Amino acid sequence: MIAAAFTAPSVAWTALAPVVVVLGAAVVGVLVEAFVPDRLRRTTQVALAIAATAGALVAVIALWGGVHRSGGTVVLGGSLLVDGPTLVLWATLALLGLLSVLVVADRTQTGEDSFAPLAAAVPGSEYEEQARRAGLAQTEVYPLTLFALGGMMVFPAAGDLLTLFVALEVLSLPLYLLSGMARRRRLLSQEASMKYFLLGAFASALLLFGIVLLYGYSGSIRYADITAATGTPGGTEGLLLVGTVLLFAGLLFKVGAVPFHMWTPDVYQGAPTPITGFMAACTKVAAFGAILRIVYAMLPGMAWDLGALLWIVAIATMVVGTVAGLVQNDVKRLLAYSSIAHAGFVLTGVVALHQRGITGVLFYLVAYGLATIGAFAIVSLVRERSGDSITGEATALSQWAGLGRSHPVLALTFTLFLLSFAGIPLTAGFMGKFAVFSAAVAGGAWPLALIGVLASAAAAFFYVRIIVLMFFTAAHEETAEAVVEDGAVAGGEGLPAAAPDELLTADVAAGGTATAVAVAPTLTERATATVVVRSEGFAAVAIAVCAVGTILLGVFPTPVLDLVDAVARFLQ
Amino acid sequence: MSSFPWLTVLVLLPLVGAVVLWVLPAAPRNVVRPVALAFAIAELVLTGLAFLAFDTHRAGEYQLTEVHSWIPAFGVSYAVGVNGVALALIGMSVLLVPLVVLAAWHEQGSTASASNSLRRYLALVLALEAFVVAVFAARDVFLFYILFEAMLIPVYFMIGSYGGPRRRYAAVKFLLYSLAGGLVMLVGVIALYLKGPGGPQGFLTQNLVGLHLDPTTERLLFVAFFVAFAIKAPMFPVHTWLPDAAEQAPAGTSTLLVGVLDKVGTFGMLTLCLPLFPNASRWAAPVVIVLAVVSILYGALLAIGQRDLLRLVAYTSVSHFGFIVLGIFAFTSTSVAGSSFYMVNHGFSTGALFLLAGFLISRRGSQRIDDFGGLQRVTPVLAGLFLVVGLSALALPGLSPFVSEFLVLVGSFPAVPAAAVVASIGVVLAALYILWTYQRMFTGPVRPGLDTMKDVSTVERWAIGPLVAVMLVLGFVPGPALNLVRPAAQTTVQNVGVADLPAVASEGTAK
Repeated sequence: MIAAAFTAPSVAWTALAPVVVVLGAAVVGVLVEAFVPDRLRRTTQVALAIAATAGALVAVIALWGGVHRSGGTVVLGGSLLVDGPTLVLWATLALLGLLSVLVVADRTQTGEDSFAPLAAAVPGSEYEEQARRAGLAQTEVYPLTLFALGGMMVFPAAGDLLTLFVALEVLSLPLYLLSGMARRRRLLSQEASMKYFLLGAFASALLLFGIVLLYGYSGSIRYADITAATGTPGGTEGLLLVGTVLLFAGLLFKVGAVPFHMWTPDVYQGAPTPITGFMAACTKVAAFGAILRIVYAMLPGMAWDLGALLWIVAIATMVVGTVAGLVQNDVKRLLAYSSIAHAGFVLTGVVALHQRGITGVLFYLVAYGLATIGAFAIVSLVRERSGDSITGEATALSQWAGLGRSHPVLALTFTLFLLSFAGIPLTAGFMGKFAVFSAAVAGGAWPLALIGVLASAAAAFFYVRIIVLMFFTAAHEETAEAVVEDGAVAGGEGLPAAAPDELLTADVAAGGTATAVAVAPTLTERATATVVVRSEGFAAVAIAVCAVGTILLGVFPTPVLDLVDAVARFLQ
Repeated sequence: MSSFPWLTVLVLLPLVGAVVLWVLPAAPRNVVRPVALAFAIAELVLTGLAFLAFDTHRAGEYQLTEVHSWIPAFGVSYAVGVNGVALALIGMSVLLVPLVVLAAWHEQGSTASASNSLRRYLALVLALEAFVVAVFAARDVFLFYILFEAMLIPVYFMIGSYGGPRRRYAAVKFLLYSLAGGLVMLVGVIALYLKGPGGPQGFLTQNLVGLHLDPTTERLLFVAFFVAFAIKAPMFPVHTWLPDAAEQAPAGTSTLLVGVLDKVGTFGMLTLCLPLFPNASRWAAPVVIVLAVVSILYGALLAIGQRDLLRLVAYTSVSHFGFIVLGIFAFTSTSVAGSSFYMVNHGFSTGALFLLAGFLISRRGSQRIDDFGGLQRVTPVLAGLFLVVGLSALALPGLSPFVSEFLVLVGSFPAVPAAAVVASIGVVLAALYILWTYQRMFTGPVRPGLDTMKDVSTVERWAIGPLVAVMLVLGFVPGPALNLVRPAAQTTVQNVGVADLPAVASEGTAK
């Protein structure tokens, strides 16, 4: 099927406006790096990035009415489908991207952002120290973020497999790079970047191989053609089946679903925290958008085969995410496992294969994204202090003890995000969970919903653990008792310190020594105090928006639900 | 006057109070407590007015109803309304709150220095009050569920931030037990909606009553709801969170937790499980009744064995909740009315017991029963109050809990004679745990160090007095209260589809 002559497709630029704005700004950002003088560069980049994401949001709003009436436009000869779900996802991505940029831009009271002053310098070298003293900053992070965001926007809108693949690479490559640029714990960050890159490349290869097999099966890379081909049995269903599985392996890698989740905790922990928030929220939105389109629009004929696959993945993801999350001692790793569990919850809505599922998943992604960006933004503000200098983030859970007393507002906001993750009513997370679980039950997948709620109950434990630490534990209680226990002196009051261990050993608590083993290894890290640095304003705004959004969507979800529901139809 | 949104105002007022307290700058307790008390008393007055607006001749019907669309996409409405039972429980709750605020004067904060602690505690109490009123009034299954879960959060902080040495453990255990139950119920809630008529008002309770469900589905749904309520109530064998929570929480928190919050469990059985799943309720009744009887005896036996005063009260409540559940699932109008009344009385009786225990503990600095002794000579008024309140817990005639316990037993006897007979043993055991505790703490030689203990203060008299008065009044004149709950009980029994059995004796003997 080779086209006889090349005819340039007509391009509906208006429908593409949001993507063009973001990618265009990214390109301009690169030029800014080259031509704008040093001292103006950061200001220009931040302004550009904020303008681009806000502009994309405005463009989506401008497109909304037309798409609502027409059901959608096919752009670039079928490479992009600008339909209702696409617009919802674009709006979500633009909003979350804007919030992420704000968090990325915040230098806090320390005057340093979260990124290495010179990412190319060898960690710990004199060169690096000189760069730091010179006050260098890698302002390339802004165009990189915008490129990633642009890729994410194209990803769920793709109408053929090749565009899907290109978008995947466009969104992934900047993320690999950004993951390795943390200012502190640079080796950890670079390891994370390497790991993410290698595994990501592997996943991309699987996806590409899947695309090849699907092309072999249907003779086309267009979703619509593949849909048509699945309707007519041709004896090569093996190709279709294997191709689909490989395609999903690539997509599920991006959402961090089991068994493709291995990278998540390491990368989330190592990457600069604002980037972790961006990755955790936006990549999931983009990848679930693509998964939704493929499951609902491209391969509805394979509902049964796909259903079985996704059931297993969804169950495994929920179970592994929650169970592994229970034993984490690092806030970022804990949130990483929580994001794995959330991928499982979203999958229950996908598996529902029910119209409610589309609305449910889209709503869930907004709720999850807001809480995620907000939570990671707060993590980026909680720092260690040794002596007078404020150093890296205090991510060890024990360092968060007593935060509720010293910084009640920050701790309450974090609690709000955690409650939203846990799915407590009157938060957006609950409405999202309700939406996907009700879709699952409506689609006959009630066992999935049941496992989902049980996993939610288990997951609640580790969110509650942080709340216990922040509010019910005094700042140095843990350290003090650990020292006492380390010295083989029986706990005076018979109170085990660490909340998680406390629950496990509560019935034998009298001795109070049972927790010594778990507490001791991190003892040396606690020589430092935990402080909360003041935001420059950007991150504070982002956190406030996330918090208000989380409450509003939890109490009055109707406007958003109605908006989403009105356009949640895929263009075939 | 009928169009006045009584219930919404009753929900909003304490919420406003909570916000006011929260944004108030740190202040000493003689500034903070009157503010909280003013809101709590205003709420009480408003509830009194709502009682006047309520037509007691139609107490079986839902009145003061309001329905507004909330999340039409999910079929959720903001729908509230009360029948006699719900109104009585709301009345009981809002009466307890000011008393808890009074009692908290001694437990938290100091008179002189500015402190955030008491302010936030009282804000949580008022927030909880708002949730409780709303949950009793909810006439939409989704709304009920949301409130059922959301009210865990204030209680969680009330236990975890203000409790005893093992408060963190108790708070987490409480939260996880409740969440586990609640989330299973969530699946039930979703499935129920999908089986119902659907649409933008698909969660209204009235639209979900009388569905024709196939037996398996109905039973599964019943179990999903019932487990959540049984954990909340709490019933054997899912009661273990309660003694821990009650032991660690401040006495005021325990008062609200056991006196009010746990009623939501039995209230849910009565107003959701029975009407929504009548056939499954009949199917499950034998098991539930056995569990209820086990709760009665097990709770009482464990109460006898406790060395900790608060744990003891908690276990007596497990026993009392057994009676309530027994009455509900015996399906006679007398037993159901008895259970409804029991819920109200238990709030007063156990609330008073927890408050008194709080007074004793704050004086002694210990909650071990063995640390007390001979107090009736040192603090005669406190001893007398403890005895009266204790006797109410063992259902002495003349005090209101007797009426309800008697009605439950009398009403259950024709339906499930064996259970009623075995449950009666619980009454004997109650005498044992109350009187023995009284004997250990208040009689005998005065313990060293206790001879200077102060008797009840004026504030404390005001905290306990109203409860004793209410129990005496309702004990001698239970008629008006019974008129409030009886029609609703009859409606419930009709809905379940069981022929109502006459009680073996008329309730006239209750006097």
